[in-house]
Amino acid sequence: MPSGSDPVNRPRLGKLGMALASFALLATSCAQGTPLDTLSPEGPIARQIDDLWKIVFYLAIAVFVLVEGLLVISLFRFRQRKGDTELPKQTHGNSRLELAWTIAPALLLAVLAVPTVLTIFALAREQPNSLHITVTGSQWWWRYDYPDYEGLVTANELHIPAGRPIRLELKSADIIHSFWAPRLAGKQDVTPGRTNHLNIEADRPGTYEGACVEYCGLSHANMRLKVIAHDSADFERWARAQAADASEPGGGPAARGKRIFEEGQCVSCHAIRGSEASTGITGPDLTHFASRTTFAGGIFTQTEGNLRRWLSDAPAQKPGSKMPAGISEMGLTEDDITALIAYLQSLQ
Amino acid sequence: MATVTEAIESSPYDGPFRRPKSTSGLVGWLTTVDHKKIGILYGATALLFFIAGGVEALLLRIQLARPENDFLTADVYNRMFTMHGITMIFLVVMPLGAAFFNYLIPLMIGARDVAFPRLNAFSYWVFLGGGIFIYSSFFLGGAPNAGWFSYANLSTQGLPDQVGVNFFAIGLQITGIASLVASVNFVTTIINLRAPGMSFFKMPMFVWMSLVTNFLLMFAMPVIAVALFQLLFDSMFGTNFFNPAAGGDPLLWQHMFWLFGHPEVYILILPAMGIVSEVLPTFSRKPLFGYQIVAYSGIAIGLMGWGVWAHHMFAVGLGPVANSAFALSTMFIAVPTGVKIFNWMGTMWGGKIRFTTPMLMSIGFVTMFIIGGLSGVTHSIVPADYQQTDTYYVVAHFHYVLFGGAIFGLFSGIYYWWPKLSGKLLSERLGKTQFVLMFIGFNLTFGPMHILGLQGMQRRYYRYQVGEGFDFWNMVETVGAFIIALSVLVFIINVIVTRRRGKPSGDDPWDARTIEWSIPSPTPHYNFLEIPVVKERDDFWHKKYSEDESGKAVPVVAGGQDVEEKPEEGEVAEEHAEPHMPKPSYWPLVAAAGIPLIGYGLMFQWVLAGIGAAVLFVGIYGWAMEPVE
Repeated sequence: MPSGSDPVNRPRLGKLGMALASFALLATSCAQGTPLDTLSPEGPIARQIDDLWKIVFYLAIAVFVLVEGLLVISLFRFRQRKGDTELPKQTHGNSRLELAWTIAPALLLAVLAVPTVLTIFALAREQPNSLHITVTGSQWWWRYDYPDYEGLVTANELHIPAGRPIRLELKSADIIHSFWAPRLAGKQDVTPGRTNHLNIEADRPGTYEGACVEYCGLSHANMRLKVIAHDSADFERWARAQAADASEPGGGPAARGKRIFEEGQCVSCHAIRGSEASTGITGPDLTHFASRTTFAGGIFTQTEGNLRRWLSDAPAQKPGSKMPAGISEMGLTEDDITALIAYLQSLQ
Repeated sequence: MATVTEAIESSPYDGPFRRPKSTSGLVGWLTTVDHKKIGILYGATALLFFIAGGVEALLLRIQLARPENDFLTADVYNRMFTMHGITMIFLVVMPLGAAFFNYLIPLMIGARDVAFPRLNAFSYWVFLGGGIFIYSSFFLGGAPNAGWFSYANLSTQGLPDQVGVNFFAIGLQITGIASLVASVNFVTTIINLRAPGMSFFKMPMFVWMSLVTNFLLMFAMPVIAVALFQLLFDSMFGTNFFNPAAGGDPLLWQHMFWLFGHPEVYILILPAMGIVSEVLPTFSRKPLFGYQIVAYSGIAIGLMGWGVWAHHMFAVGLGPVANSAFALSTMFIAVPTGVKIFNWMGTMWGGKIRFTTPMLMSIGFVTMFIIGGLSGVTHSIVPADYQQTDTYYVVAHFHYVLFGGAIFGLFSGIYYWWPKLSGKLLSERLGKTQFVLMFIGFNLTFGPMHILGLQGMQRRYYRYQVGEGFDFWNMVETVGAFIIALSVLVFIINVIVTRRRGKPSGDDPWDARTIEWSIPSPTPHYNFLEIPVVKERDDFWHKKYSEDESGKAVPVVAGGQDVEEKPEEGEVAEEHAEPHMPKPSYWPLVAAAGIPLIGYGLMFQWVLAGIGAAVLFVGIYGWAMEPVE
């Protein structure tokens, strides 16, 4: 500033700064109960981003406090007092000062640019010993293929081994989506006609929430996902079980459900490995449906009530759903739905 | 006024292309080519759309007040957020900028009108036609629903029907014509019609920022025009520009859109920066600190603004090299922006600050823009952006820039120049009430979005779930949005009250610096009786004050402000006939009316397109054949 700063205001400014910084921290660090929190990394990739963010965040807060503080001080100090009609000194500029406040921010940014660029390249690099998984986005659900595990296909809930880097190959079946599990990594768009890559990794076993974050039409908000990390033995067990064909229902309503499933419209979109009639690929693979905790793009937990509502009238539950209404469009009866639920729940 | 009407009436030509005779009443407004009336039309129309866009925002906020709310369906919510964006950008902030360009540029450069007055009227009518066209979609099959960015291939392949997208593509094409035509007009006006002595570096800063903005418009609008044609062709005729299955690329749209879209951001903010650069000096009673560097930084922003578009696309997968390059360019565009902020602060430092409503609005601009600027810098940290893009953090950022910045700046301008157009001062009491409400409401609405975004709340979600931890701040935001609505209501009341019984302002109510205040308020229709000769930057101020040796300003004539020796009324009549002004014309309106008809024709009935083309042709023909008198 043209004249020296006012020493009287300095302690006040400091207090203001501390108050603001602590408010900002308080407001943003309450990770409890916010499953999508971007500031609570639970893996090395997300942590790398968070480390960089912390530098930027505190710098930005410092600049904010400094600049807004100076502004408030000058507003207070240079207010026109009552009865004061004298005009102030007509300063037209100060080249040295102007040069300084052009160069100083440029230098600050140049310093920030270094870790930024380094992190961009680090995040893009494939980690050694990565497990490859292919992710395919569709309106409005996710399909996961595990090329290392013959036949393993699942949907919406991505299972990974904890402590091992995962290399996702991202593809789209229709339009642009974006894959995001904020506690494990940043987001990466999923674009038709291209293959993108994203590294994710979880430190520990656990369930990490995620979602589609590129606007993809009517049910964009209903395209969720989960990443479920296991320790490596658990993961291998899970993968072997998932790669296997579906078990045959013993009898009763589940067997009847299977018949309805295979003879009705279900099979034109859904596959159940082991059932020759069920080979559809436009909808999620249901081979081990009952092993998932949610369905329909991860928006409903697997309860009998939810399944009944879904099978009766899917578009009413999820706007734009490509699955027709069970009762009015597919001609299912309540009994049929009960049988179908029994069948689906048998698909462990 | 009377003499002009008489002059028209005595015109010898009375054929089919004759000029309209009335300059008052409805016909007067419909046929006006007066830059001031057109400016008022732009402003009034934009404020009406501001209310529409605000209502849409309130609906969105009601829906998001609670988790898993059923107030709006997914379909309606998607249309509302799309229309809110389109409205606020293309039908509010851009035309409000145009309102200020229209009203002020000729006054500030000492001209009697813009370079092409009829073309100017044409711009307004085309803009109005485009706005009505877009809004008619609500009644004609569905409002746009692919977002204001209308990303391919969602917009071409991912929606139940194409009606909304076609309205978007054609509607923005129409408003784009208005912007492009206007930009040519203003650039020509600024370059060619400056009063004698007003070199580029004696122009008011608002004129500088207008010049940069209109150059940006001139080069940005063709980019979006091409993109919109591609979109329309894919959507309507089955071409494959964006269809990956046929070798097209959806990313082509994103590149085209943001190559337009980022300069567009500066098109939205630079006029407000110009306004602030006029208001702060007036009420600090000091010249703009570092005039040259403020002008140069505006030019720098205008140039660098073309090299940062891919920062909207960091998560697209362009690869680490492209992401790094655009990270750097994005970081460094913060430098000229920061320079402007520091210079504004330098302007206030050492001044005698008067806290009038326009000043408060400008201070609001600076304080809020600092926040928007800082969060903007954080976007350039690409890895952080991988987390924050498409969350409410971004929504917070651009509202701090476009509302905290542009809208506060534009309101500052409205309060500041209101006396210029009406001869009355808007109520300061109501003005300050509006400011306080708007400032609080704004920060309650958009401040918590930073937090929600960092906590992972996704944009464009019509509902969030119970247990995601977003409930509290969303409720706060909704309350804030209604406080903003209240502040706008106070503004409307202020306008009505002032019209009825506002205080007469006098010619120069703020003791201002630039030459538009040297002429009577409200402005006479010919602006300057005599074209002024400009000697100094802030010429009017230097006619009133000079600087003593210590740099203190002292009045030129003892007794203060009434230094402009006004010639006696009688003298005026004797020495100067009323200046010869451009005559009103029907044809801009006729020509403009043809364009939305073509649009409706493309969508619904080809015959209509033919009629529209015929109307446009007749309009242009009449325009060309119209006699000068």
